[in-house]
Amino acid sequence: MATSIATNALNPRIAVALAGVLNLVGAFLSLSVAATIASGLVDTGVVTLTVVLAGLCGGIIWNLLTWLFGIPSSSSHALIGGVIGSTIAAAGAKAVQWQSLFSKVIIPAGLSPVIAVAVAGLGTWLVYRISKKVAAGARNHGFRLGQIGSASMVALAHGTNDAQKTMGVITLALIANGTLPSDASAPFWVILTCGLAIALGTYVGGWRVIRTLGKGLVEIESPQGMAAESSSATIILAASHFGYSLSTTHVATGSILGTGVGKKGATVRWNVAGRMATAWLFTLPMAALIGAGAYGLAALIGGSAGGVGVLVVLLAVVVLIYLRSRRSKVDHDNVNAEWTGSLVPETAEPAEPVAA
Amino acid sequence: MSDWIDLHAIWQIVVVGVLLGAGLPALFAVGLRVLSAPAAGRTAQAAAGADSDHVYGGNPVGLVVAGVCFAVILAAIGYGIYLIVSSA
Repeated sequence: MATSIATNALNPRIAVALAGVLNLVGAFLSLSVAATIASGLVDTGVVTLTVVLAGLCGGIIWNLLTWLFGIPSSSSHALIGGVIGSTIAAAGAKAVQWQSLFSKVIIPAGLSPVIAVAVAGLGTWLVYRISKKVAAGARNHGFRLGQIGSASMVALAHGTNDAQKTMGVITLALIANGTLPSDASAPFWVILTCGLAIALGTYVGGWRVIRTLGKGLVEIESPQGMAAESSSATIILAASHFGYSLSTTHVATGSILGTGVGKKGATVRWNVAGRMATAWLFTLPMAALIGAGAYGLAALIGGSAGGVGVLVVLLAVVVLIYLRSRRSKVDHDNVNAEWTGSLVPETAEPAEPVAA
Repeated sequence: MSDWIDLHAIWQIVVVGVLLGAGLPALFAVGLRVLSAPAAGRTAQAAAGADSDHVYGGNPVGLVVAGVCFAVILAAIGYGIYLIVSSA
């Protein structure tokens, strides 16, 4: 939805609300990825609740840190990294299935942005070539409608894809706890909770990331927006259909970059793209490190007190990052402000009250 | 190598991506272009000013062709949703 906000196709608040609802719907539509994420990467036999908790810590902390800087790091990568780190800390490197880690996570991560850039670039080029003779007003009006439609498909696809990864983690925890047999699929309340959580999270906002994608990476017009969203939707849905799990983040970012490549004279800020790519490279290892550290902390304290301790630390870090993000706020009011090289738009400081 | 890279899946994703991911917006552009084409005997400027929001240029043939384009796109979207639901 970032592109629909950037091109004024939709009001920012309506855009995130729509995306949230469609994410929730998407969560219920398909369930094919959920099982593979949970069982394919680590030996489920060594996974305990503490391992899952520590892994989540790694994922959440790394995600929030990068989002603070407006960098859309993949939450699935962060999660996987976190769980791998805590698994290694708990049971050694043998418990990780390195080959599936490569074939299911690392290789797709490298390829998906490339495919997305190519498809979106081609789409953008075609769209501009074909619609060259259409009057500018009519063209923008038409493509805005198309953009809303295609962005809605992305939100739906995001729901089918990413809600499942969340379900995968909760299912992993339930299996670890012995609540479910190891070949079980996600129960209904898990599906509902994950769908709701993703919908809510979308609504409260990834304003920082929306701003980077919609304004920072490429200056986007509505035909580009539609090309980007169509490319993202198609690739995510196709991948999902063929049982290949891709990071929505990588695909969506690649597509937006592609629209900058495909349009002659478009402004592409390669330094912003470079910063993102760097963050992506570090996502797995950093989340793994944090996850391992969290497991170490839990083991040091020991028992259920260890789990509680990790939870307290996690909450403290989350609150800290949240407070830090409020100090330089990005929200629906300034999300579309002119990009001047920094994430947080420069605004006139509110006058300090003179008398204390 | 094929244990490490699922070439079959990647190949399929690229083909579907190019056909639908780039093809559908292109088809949308075609639809928009014929829809906004002016009726015979009028220039584009006369039909609608350059900054006008009016998408329909007043050409009935264009309207029909555009309708076909948009119908194909809607059908593709519908089929996509059907695939997601049926794979569950």
